[in-house]
This record gives sequence, structure tokens and C-alpha cells, in this order.
Amino acid sequence: MSILIDKATRLLVQGVTGHEGLFHTQQMIEYGTNVVAGVSPGHGGEWVLDGKVPVFDSVKLAVDVTAADTSVIFVPARTAADAILEAADAGIALVVCITEGIPVQDMIRVRTYLQQKHTRLIGPNCPGILTIGESKVGIIPGDIALNGNIGVVSKSGTLTYETVNALKRADLGVSTCVGIGGDPIIGTGFVEILEMFEDDPHTDKVVLIGEIGGSEEERAAAMISQSMTKPVIAFIAGQSAPPGKRMGHAGAIIEGTMGLASEKIKALEEAGVRVARFPSEIAQLAKG
Amino acid sequence: MKLHEYQSKQIFSRYGIPIPKGSVANTASEVRQIAGELGGKVVVKSQVLVGGRGKAGGIRLAKTPEEAEELATSILAMEINGLPVRKVLVDEAINIDKEIYLGVSIDRGAQLPVMLASALGGVDIEQVAKESPEAIIRVYIDPLLGLQDYQARDIAVGIDLPKVFWKSFAEICKGLWKAFCDIDATLAEINPLVITEENHLTALDGKVVVDDSALFRHPDLVEVRDFDYEYPAEIQARKYNLIYIKLDGTIGCMVNGAGLAMASMDVIKELGGEPANFLDIGGGAGAEKVTAALRIILSDPKVKAIMINIFGGITRCDEVARGVLNAINEVKPAVPIVVRLAGTQAEQGRKILAGANVVTASNLIEAAKTAIKLAKDEPE
Repeated sequence: MSILIDKATRLLVQGVTGHEGLFHTQQMIEYGTNVVAGVSPGHGGEWVLDGKVPVFDSVKLAVDVTAADTSVIFVPARTAADAILEAADAGIALVVCITEGIPVQDMIRVRTYLQQKHTRLIGPNCPGILTIGESKVGIIPGDIALNGNIGVVSKSGTLTYETVNALKRADLGVSTCVGIGGDPIIGTGFVEILEMFEDDPHTDKVVLIGEIGGSEEERAAAMISQSMTKPVIAFIAGQSAPPGKRMGHAGAIIEGTMGLASEKIKALEEAGVRVARFPSEIAQLAKG
Repeated sequence: MKLHEYQSKQIFSRYGIPIPKGSVANTASEVRQIAGELGGKVVVKSQVLVGGRGKAGGIRLAKTPEEAEELATSILAMEINGLPVRKVLVDEAINIDKEIYLGVSIDRGAQLPVMLASALGGVDIEQVAKESPEAIIRVYIDPLLGLQDYQARDIAVGIDLPKVFWKSFAEICKGLWKAFCDIDATLAEINPLVITEENHLTALDGKVVVDDSALFRHPDLVEVRDFDYEYPAEIQARKYNLIYIKLDGTIGCMVNGAGLAMASMDVIKELGGEPANFLDIGGGAGAEKVTAALRIILSDPKVKAIMINIFGGITRCDEVARGVLNAINEVKPAVPIVVRLAGTQAEQGRKILAGANVVTASNLIEAAKTAIKLAKDEPE
């Protein structure tokens, strides 16, 4: 069991004919994800991956024919906002945007628009979602995790793989792993994912991986101390980061005293969260 | 990308926001000419992308064109907080009655644009926010509707602006919002917006930061980009779509993904080493990028060892490994390299690197410990 995606997920890939889109569609199919369609304007009528996936010119057409309910986006940054809106208008319930570097103002408009729609956005600038043994939507390597009962939610991609892989080496399994993205404006935050894990009967513990910038971790800490009954273990990246510099992720920046790793760690610890010093220490804490 | 005061004010002016008469100059003789044309007193303002210009003596009042030329000569020879002054703005002097702060930025907590205003203008707004937060009025803007008239009135009332200015103030608020949107700003501020002794509103100083991710829509701004406030290696990195941030330590880092790159630095520090840089080679990094990344790391003479930490997702370890091999052959680094590969195509990657002159590590802590030890063993 899981949150957000499972065996029943019917996935559509926007940007399926691109280099990354094609490579990761193959990987998702190999994992067992039910990829029902691809969208690539101008390529409608084609098939990719040896006839496994039909390509459509628009999301609407793809949904009409294949009843896709989830979309993953691999299109370039300058067209990604358009792709998210297209998916929302076609009635897609869950949109996962992998694309990095979408202009902030595009995302502000998209986010505001989506609040009037029945579409949940994960990302952008995220690695996607992996429900172990059931479905993979995005780019998280499928073989790094065991099936289990730890929910993982993270702002980062590769740091999540590092952590999940360490859990595996410690014989600890994962229910669902969600990358919420490292941009300043994102579709879904820590708090909403924590609420889903709290309600998921197959998740017993949650690992939260945050980083400098913004106040998502502080909001998560407030929610945890108020309403979370399941234990939470955390790691916050960027303790050695200098202020005022954007550390790769558009959102990873210490502005004044806002966004400091030390403040986030303090807030989480006060909420009863055990915070790891090293990424590999997360597994030890999760075991205890 | 930060814009200079003169660039910011020129943009504001296009959106109907009144600014002082003035012009930008590269030489003292140009300053004299501009001052002569303006007539009367002028202000000569250094144009550098750093705070503290006034304190450093980079903003001076001149009564005559001759004095303006003299002041410009000294200002143009200045360095302010490490940045050379290459341009000065010559503005007519304004008789100030009152100073206001007005700005638009993005509130990450609310995930919305916000207009901020304060009757305490002309000072650092973050200082005001810290010391007297109640003096700052915040109005959230629906990005699909834009700033509404009533919101501009709310701001005017909130900062006790006399009624006679409400209409012109609302126009300024709306102009600033429009400018903020059109140039993809993450910050657009007028500080101070002044009420002159002649009872006009004028934007005396301006600051704009444009979203780097949106620069593809603004080729005109890219053309006039001032790189002085960035390290040359950071500029070089951007050309290859790499994100490099220089730090002070001895261990060069090359990592894929920002979170892992930060965590790698954190681990080095926690284990007693000092990272020399943050470097994210990004998703899907191929051989060319890796070679460029290695060159950039080695351009820092303090680097005594390099740690490459790759966990493949969208990045494929075999591609990175080929890049590392290629880079070593081309750059012939004199410092030891520790490589740790995991995730997508990691096995293939390790095979590619088997014959190369690198130390391999199986996990992050081992990689960091090895790099710290090797860095200490290197001669100074």
C-alpha cells in the first residue's frame, strides 16, 4: 500500500519523445508502471519503445483514448508551465513535474490556477514518486529500495536515493517515496505529504529530508507536533552552506536568518523529530 | 540576476513611475556635461551591485558641474566592498520631505507575490522587518488577477499616506507590479519612494532582481549583465549549465544533485575537512560537462583533493565515468581524485573507471574520509 500512486495508476508521459523522456519511460515500464500513453505535440500517431506506448498530440486526446489519470512531465523548462496547465485542463488528477528551471512567476500562476482545479501537482524540479513494487512515476532508480513501511518525503533527488539506499542496506523497506522538489514554488509541500502518510495504514514511520531555504520544514515541524502520531526522522542538508547563495536548487538559499539549517533542525527536534547528522545515520535512527 | 539602480529606474520609468531626471556616465567629463544639462544641484551615484554605497562615500551631492566632475573622478576610482565602480548615475537633486519603502517580492510561505510598504523608507527593509515588523504593510497579490485598486488604497492607508497622494501612489503601485511581472523579477523595490517638498512622488532609488530561470525571455537584459559581483569560476560554470559556488576549503566537490551536493559538503565538514566548493553537475551530465567541472574545481589553487560523488537517477553513472576518464586524460589533475558511484548504470560506470588513476569508495562517508586524508597528505 502507499500514497499517491499504486498498481492501478494509469500513467501518461508528457515529453515522451525527448531523450530523457524516452529513457525514463523505458525505466518506468521495466519497473512495472502502467504507462498507457505519451504526449508529444507533432508526434501524434507514432508509437515509441517498440510499439509499447502510443503517442498523442495533446493530453486531452491521450486521456480520451487511454483514460490516463496521472501524468509525468519531462518537457523543457520554457514549456513546462504550459504542459502542467494542459494536464490539469484535461482532467489529470495527479501531475508530477520533473523539469528543473521553470521561471518562478510561471509557477506562481500555475499554482494559483491549480487551486481552482482538481489536480494535485508534485514538483517541479523533483525526482517523482516511487511506490515500492507497484509503480514508479519519475526518475527514482527502482532498485534502490526494499518494500516496507517507511514513508519518505524529500526536497532533493539524489540525496533521497542515497538515503533510501542506506535504508535498504539496513534491511529497512519503504512504502512510498515522494520528492516534492527544490524550487521556491512547489505544488505540494511537506505538510500535505505528512498528512497522507499519517493516514496511510501501511506507513509506520516517516523519513523527511529537507534543506536550507524557505520555511517548509518549520511548517512540517508545527504539523508534526500538533497532529502526527507516527514517528518522524529527518535530515536537513546545507549546514555548511554560506548565506545568500543559491545552492543549486532555486529554493535552497539562506535569506537573512530565514532558511537556516540550524533553525529547521531546532524546530524539528522541538517537535520530537530525531534529526540525523549524516545521511547514512537516518537508517540507524529509523531502526531504533 | 541583479540590475543596477539606473537600469531598475529606467524600467520603472517605462511603467509610469516618476524618477528624477538624470543619465548614466562612464567618465567624469560625461558627468560634467550631464550635470550642466540638468542645471542646478546634482547627485553623483556609484553604480555597483552591492549595498553600502552611501556609507562608502559612493553617493555625493554636487552644487556645480565642475564639482560633479571632481566627485565623479574620485568615485569612478573607488572600489566599494570589493567591487570596482565603472559607472555613475547623475540625477537632479531632489528636495525630500518624506521617504517611503515600496517593493514587490515572492513570499515563499504564502507561495504568492506580495507587495510590501512602509512609512519608514530609505533604510534597510530587513532591518525594519526585524525591529518593527508592525511598520510593514503586506498585501498578497493574486497572480492571475494582478494588483487591485483597493489593495493599493489599503497600502496607502496602511502607511498613513496623505489622501492627496492616493491616486498617484496607486498608479505607482500598479506600475511596479506590472514591471515586476513583465521582466520576471523576484524582487522589484523602490527605496526610497519620496514625497518631494514640491509634493510629488518620485522613485529616488531602485533595485530589481530578475529570475535567472526566466532570462531566456529577456535577451536584452542578458546583454547588459554586470558580472563584477560574481566569481569568474561561477560565471564559467554557468556556461556549461553547472552550478558552482566557491568556498574556502581544500576539498573540491563534484556531485550530481543539489541536495546531495550540500549533504556531501556537510559530511566533509562534520568529519573535520573543509569543502572548497559546491558543485552540482545537474541531471543528465555528459562527458563535456564533467570535464568542464573538473577544470573549474582545479582553477581554485587551494584544492588539495577532489571528491566525486554520483548517485545516478536522471544522471547515468556510465556517462559520468566516461566524462571523468576523459577529463583526467585532458586536464591531467595533479591532486588525487576519490570517486563514488551508485544508482543508474553504476556497475558500468565502475567498470569504465577500473583502469583510471582514481581512488574508488563505496559510500559517501568513506569517500569523504579518504578525500580528507589525501588532502592532508598533499604538500602545501
